[in-house]
Amino acid sequence: MLEPKQYRPLLSVNNLRTSFFRKGVELPVVDDVSFEVSSGETLAIVGESGSGKSVTSLSVMRLIPSPGGRIMGGEVLFDGMDLTMLPEKRMYDVRGNEIAMIFQDPMSSLNPVLTIGEQIAESLRLHKGLSKGKAMHKAIEILRTVGFARAAEIVNEYPHQLSGGMRQRVMIAMAMSCNPKLLIADEPTTALDVTVQAQILDLMQNLKKEFNSAIILITHDLGVVAELADKVIVMYAGKVVEQASVRELFNNPQHPYTRGLMQSVPKLDQDEDRLFSIGGNVPTPDNFPKGCRFCTRCPQVMPKCHQQQPELIKVGDNHLSRCFLHEAADV
Amino acid sequence: MTSKDSVIVDQPFVAQDQLGSHRPLWRITLTKFWQNRLAVIGLVLLSIIIISALLAPWIAPHDPNWQNLRMRLQPPSAEFWLGTDHLGRDIFSRLLFAGRVSLFVGFSAMLGAITIGTTLGAIAGYYGGRVDAFIMRTVDVVISFPSIFLLITLVAIFQPSIDKLILSFALLSWTGTARLVRGEFLTLKQREYVLAARTLGMSNMSIIFRQILPNAMGPIIVAATLAVGGFILAESALSFLGLGVQPPTASWGNMLTNAQSLNVFRNAWWYPTFPGLMIFITVLSFNFVGDGLRDALDPKVLER
Repeated sequence: MLEPKQYRPLLSVNNLRTSFFRKGVELPVVDDVSFEVSSGETLAIVGESGSGKSVTSLSVMRLIPSPGGRIMGGEVLFDGMDLTMLPEKRMYDVRGNEIAMIFQDPMSSLNPVLTIGEQIAESLRLHKGLSKGKAMHKAIEILRTVGFARAAEIVNEYPHQLSGGMRQRVMIAMAMSCNPKLLIADEPTTALDVTVQAQILDLMQNLKKEFNSAIILITHDLGVVAELADKVIVMYAGKVVEQASVRELFNNPQHPYTRGLMQSVPKLDQDEDRLFSIGGNVPTPDNFPKGCRFCTRCPQVMPKCHQQQPELIKVGDNHLSRCFLHEAADV
Repeated sequence: MTSKDSVIVDQPFVAQDQLGSHRPLWRITLTKFWQNRLAVIGLVLLSIIIISALLAPWIAPHDPNWQNLRMRLQPPSAEFWLGTDHLGRDIFSRLLFAGRVSLFVGFSAMLGAITIGTTLGAIAGYYGGRVDAFIMRTVDVVISFPSIFLLITLVAIFQPSIDKLILSFALLSWTGTARLVRGEFLTLKQREYVLAARTLGMSNMSIIFRQILPNAMGPIIVAATLAVGGFILAESALSFLGLGVQPPTASWGNMLTNAQSLNVFRNAWWYPTFPGLMIFITVLSFNFVGDGLRDALDPKVLER
């Protein structure tokens, strides 16, 4: 870490630990998570529901639901500042201006009683100090860049007048309005039709090129990962279980969980009677096993897995995996 | 940025854009309100009452406080359209001027109560926790005041006046609105657009007042409408008891005070009838309009 003049990632999350408290008991929902993203790069965070993906991204934004949840440790270095230490007042400047977010359900993430223009202009007025008229003008321009031919009319319409894909483009327009350095997309295409999904992914890809933003893409859709991401981290029950470049991960998945995920994607070129699935569910934080968190569902589980927690081990170039199997293979 | 249009998106989504052709929300609300006959009747009656009260100095045929003891308790005639009272004052003119006072009290008290109730309810619902507990316990305390006795005591200690009447109405009746708004905020703050607003760097205050409050306006408007009627009724009651608006200023309530005697009842039916009718019609109209708004703003009530 002391090497001089190294390239510095835009965001580097180190040993992040975020917990929720229920009746005074600490439930570590995100446990010892580290990753880095640089400008112009897309990092995908993959995992099932309950694996801590969304909480990780909300921790970066420092928007953990306040009574109940807390960042317990680690650091979130963004552009040289540790966001976990930043006073709340400064966070208001960071949110929306330097880090923006888009959500899964465009039906519910737009305010139903405000016009599209008002919603986009709000953030411009807040961060760029534009007047109402100028902000509205800018909102029209931004809507045009995300592909609305009727942008001048759309600004005066309400969310319920738009289709799901249009709303998600409005969300992207809102998020990109202040040219943030980092965009966090929490399952941006999950609620959309497949054809619209492709348009949205294209749009995000183009915006990334245009503004050289970094993107954190949270998804459980491996197809989207293959399409968009440069690097991937796979999360399971609050921990990173595998981390690699996209190509490496898809060609050479190491962790049994990652392999399971890949097998459970339906393939058109293979004739299968039954789709593979990983049995069971992600354990809830109050039921995490003592050893490896995946030991309850792992097809290759060993006695050791129930006793100890494995560490992230280097299994290739920029490829880490958290499994005892690799130790055994090395010896 | 205009020149870069084509860089970001290869082809604009023209076909999809055409989807956006539904009617805006307020228009649906208006249509639904318009279909409610009682509400429309209420609105028309209210408009007539409010406009004639506003124009009272110009349309009143007589000075409302001009006494003519030779013309006491005259029945309705061409000269005195609705008759005269026990001091020979023209009842029609007095009703017009009394309407100004009664409506002013009703609207001002409503504004006060709704403002206090909305602000405190919004803060309680949004922040939750201790803030919520403190505000809601205050609500409990205020609700448990026997308000009519408190009003009578207040008026007995201080000189009764219109502004004190409004103030005490507002301070004693914001609690219902506070509970209503708190309830709305408890559910609305969970919506994803609130989280989205937070990720855009909005402060709590602008989230409360610019993002959530507009979504809670429907029930607040209904409560406000119904409250005006309630305050007019309360003002009438207190004025009738001689504790509200003081003579010679006319209010619908205090006009009834002097109409109580058996003599008036037996010989001058017009004297108690018209002020009573005004109170009745006005309060009923506010209730009709309030109910109409409630149905119109409720998305669950479908258009017929």
